[in-house]
Amino acid sequence: MPTMDNQSTKPSREQIIYANLLLIGMLAGIVTLSITYTIYLTGLLPAHVDMQLISANWGKGVQEYLDITHSPHGWGWLALLGKGDFLNFIGFTLLGIMTIVCYLVLVRGYYRKKNWIFMIISVLEIVVLSLAASGIFGSGGH
Amino acid sequence: MLNIRTFPLGRWFLLLMFFVMSCPAIASAMETMVGGAPSKPWWFWPVVLFFFCLILGILAVMAGVGGGVLYVPLVSGFFPFHIDFVRGIGLMVALAGALAAGPGLLRRNLANLRLALPVALIASACSIVGAMLGLYLSRLNPDLIQTCLGGTIIGIAFLLLFSKNTEKPVVTKQDAIGLALGLQGVYWDDGSRESVEWKTHRTLLGLFMFILIGLLAGMFGLGAGWANVPVLNLMMGVPLKVSVATSKFLLSITDTSAAWIYLNRGCVIPLIAVPSIVGLMLGSILGVRILAVAKPKFIRYMVITVLLFAGLKAMDKGLGIGLLG
Repeated sequence: MPTMDNQSTKPSREQIIYANLLLIGMLAGIVTLSITYTIYLTGLLPAHVDMQLISANWGKGVQEYLDITHSPHGWGWLALLGKGDFLNFIGFTLLGIMTIVCYLVLVRGYYRKKNWIFMIISVLEIVVLSLAASGIFGSGGH
Repeated sequence: MLNIRTFPLGRWFLLLMFFVMSCPAIASAMETMVGGAPSKPWWFWPVVLFFFCLILGILAVMAGVGGGVLYVPLVSGFFPFHIDFVRGIGLMVALAGALAAGPGLLRRNLANLRLALPVALIASACSIVGAMLGLYLSRLNPDLIQTCLGGTIIGIAFLLLFSKNTEKPVVTKQDAIGLALGLQGVYWDDGSRESVEWKTHRTLLGLFMFILIGLLAGMFGLGAGWANVPVLNLMMGVPLKVSVATSKFLLSITDTSAAWIYLNRGCVIPLIAVPSIVGLMLGSILGVRILAVAKPKFIRYMVITVLLFAGLKAMDKGLGIGLLG
């Protein structure tokens, strides 16, 4: 009967670190979202956009919605962290930023192993994700 | 009183399907009857959405598909939200699901990092282009996106229906690119109690396919597991278990880049995004428990039927025919 080869079937060290970081980030993101959404719904912090106004306009295109509700795009929400609705963006950002953090660990690991192909792939992925997150591509419109 | 042990699972499932299809449809019909203007309090649709996503999460796990592929066509078809918001939140939903599954799959060495990294780079870069293109087309004419989404969903339903994945594909010779990238590995199969070695072939063709997958994922806000698995398994010769796990992990990278584009454009409204994410995640947890006593094949066919209907509904809405309400 074949036996399990612990060495060859074991995940690499980078893979384990990646998994652990991802788990921590995911849990932090979900817990943060739960807390901030409770704050938002209970009105502990005032909302920037009235909920009735949201429900009256969520059927409109995003540009029209942003204009009517005077909502920011890109990283403009950082200036509105004192508002209950935009507080939720901390959780969304945590979920979106975790992969970049995990890739930083991979770059370090592949550099140490002198695995240049995968180090370059990891660096390029960080560049792609950072450009997407920066808002260069996504926040135009007004 | 209904007994969970004696009441056939198929009927439970049909009841779930009935609820999924009817609750937003009835609510929508009531709203139309009242006269076009929104007559519901602000909390009505988020509450309906939460329970809808809870059931969607159960169904997605039982049918072996991602949440995003069900979320976008069904929510855009039956809820009053604009497709811009549905796609943005659909990506956040798929991202949250992939992030939740990723750590376990990586630790068990089912998701393979070496296989995922090159593929993810291509898919995530192209998903940015797809997202920008999708938002541009939506600004020109939202019906265009709705119609294309409908066509894509119908295509996905047929792909799920006809693709015959192979448990352990035979790869006689690894190609040069696969060899150079080291796209091979070993995993422990609990079912057959043996370690299974694998390697890729047709790697270049597979990598090209991820350009298209990334574009579609970004354009329609769909998690792309439905496309990742056939390409990895049938085209590149990766065993099914590794393909499914790597695909799920891949979504955490591909969807991140597309989700950022939608997030930065303001397409994520917290009031409806959080109930969607939490509902689907809770539903997935419940789904895993129910999966132990379910008949996946029957459920899979039911979900394919729902996808077909959702695709037709999206096309109907996009083309303005009004045949499906």
